[in-house]
Amino acid sequence: MAIHHGRGFACINYPIGMNLGGDPSQALVHSTPDGKFKVTLSSIDLGQGIKSVGRQLAAETLGVPVEDVFVDTADSDTGPHDMGSFASRGTHRMGNAIIRAATEARAQLLEAAAEELEVDASDLSTDGRGNIHVKGAPSRSITVEATATAAQFNQGRTLAGRGIFLVPLSEVDSDTGEMTPVSSFAHAALVIDLTVDDETGAVEVQHINSAYEVGRALNPRLVEQQLIGGAWMGVSHALYETTEPLYPDRSHGPVDFNHYLQPGPGDSVPHHISVLERPAPDAPFGGKGPGEMCANPVLPAIANAVFNAVGVECDSLPITPEKVLRGIRANGGARPQGRPGA
Amino acid sequence: MKSPVTFRLNGSETAVFVDPGANLLDVLRRGCGDLSPKYGCGQGGCGACTVLIDGEPHVSCLVLAETVAGRSVETTGGLSNGPDLHPLQRAFIEGFAAQCGYCTPGMLMAAKALLDRNPNPTRPEVEEAISGNLCRCTGYEPIVDAILEAAKQRGAA
Repeated sequence: MAIHHGRGFACINYPIGMNLGGDPSQALVHSTPDGKFKVTLSSIDLGQGIKSVGRQLAAETLGVPVEDVFVDTADSDTGPHDMGSFASRGTHRMGNAIIRAATEARAQLLEAAAEELEVDASDLSTDGRGNIHVKGAPSRSITVEATATAAQFNQGRTLAGRGIFLVPLSEVDSDTGEMTPVSSFAHAALVIDLTVDDETGAVEVQHINSAYEVGRALNPRLVEQQLIGGAWMGVSHALYETTEPLYPDRSHGPVDFNHYLQPGPGDSVPHHISVLERPAPDAPFGGKGPGEMCANPVLPAIANAVFNAVGVECDSLPITPEKVLRGIRANGGARPQGRPGA
Repeated sequence: MKSPVTFRLNGSETAVFVDPGANLLDVLRRGCGDLSPKYGCGQGGCGACTVLIDGEPHVSCLVLAETVAGRSVETTGGLSNGPDLHPLQRAFIEGFAAQCGYCTPGMLMAAKALLDRNPNPTRPEVEEAISGNLCRCTGYEPIVDAILEAAKQRGAA
């Protein structure tokens, strides 16, 4: 009876968005009379951070401080149309729509400022701190707040923008089956080190090492947060969670959180993450977002590592001690596969 | 028939009429308008509704409201002092220890109970203290880190 070490590898190419009849997202941006900007979306933030990232993208595009931008993830009755928060599409689809809407609003902001300063709008620049300057004449400037007030009370002008980003439906070529279902892929590779106890069948994940290519990390702390939490969920799906126990039948399945197994705060696995930034050409400031793929590669990597440790190939999840023990028994004992080059 | 219950909610004398058998979570949310404790499972299994009763953490969904008569109840709604956030709240924000945020109020109260009785907890002690609180988003690590950081900040202050 022994503890066996195993190492497993998995990599993933993950499509951003989907292709079921086209994939549009819309955003609206408008200013209040005091020069704050509101971004209206119909997708929601379930914790993945589209409110934070949308705020950053709008502020950067408008040229105003991030504190002056507010994101309202409204509902589908009052907001513009959106397919929703799924398919890892938020940053890419909504982000592009926000940039387009903010670009239109910025043009109106500069037109209004140009009228107040009696110059041409193309001669104006924003400083990102709430001011609009005449290029080359720093003393000639107006605040965004004064511009918004003048636009709405004197000029009778809205400072607003509309944006849509649409990935149209890609038809399938009937001869070749070829299609272009998505425009953007994110990538990752992940290595799991674990131990398997051949007496109990218990699997313990020791380390996760991962490399994620997410385009530009628009908010690096949010990216890291997603990757840490997602990997935890991957471990949980691989080793713990099931509503269908093997024995004796379904009626013994878990019905509440006391019986539905998940790793707790004491079961965290050290996770070393490298985020590779390769800004994507069609993504908002190059950011594709980590999305769902932060959990996915963990599962095959763990299955591969269990095989590497004891020679048991588990083809169903979760990989419970019982399945591992049955596999070891069927093989007539643990069969460590060794490590190439080790 | 409803009966009157008087207790201290976040330091303020509070009186509320409660139905027989009503649970504390329901009374806090509907009777007192304190929406900070969250309804998760209603079975004591997730910890989202954790509040402190006389300084001890309890899942408020399993506490009969009448039993808090004359006692002190603390919720996340009373953690900050006006605009001054509690060190735990600051550490959670700065440590990105929340994603969807639904478990956060329960985590904060479980952590407060720990730090109040043990200002310098070890990592395993923190893990133990929040082991009744489920989180689906963070993988717990940022939460444990934030609680340890808050303990450090409180020690330094």
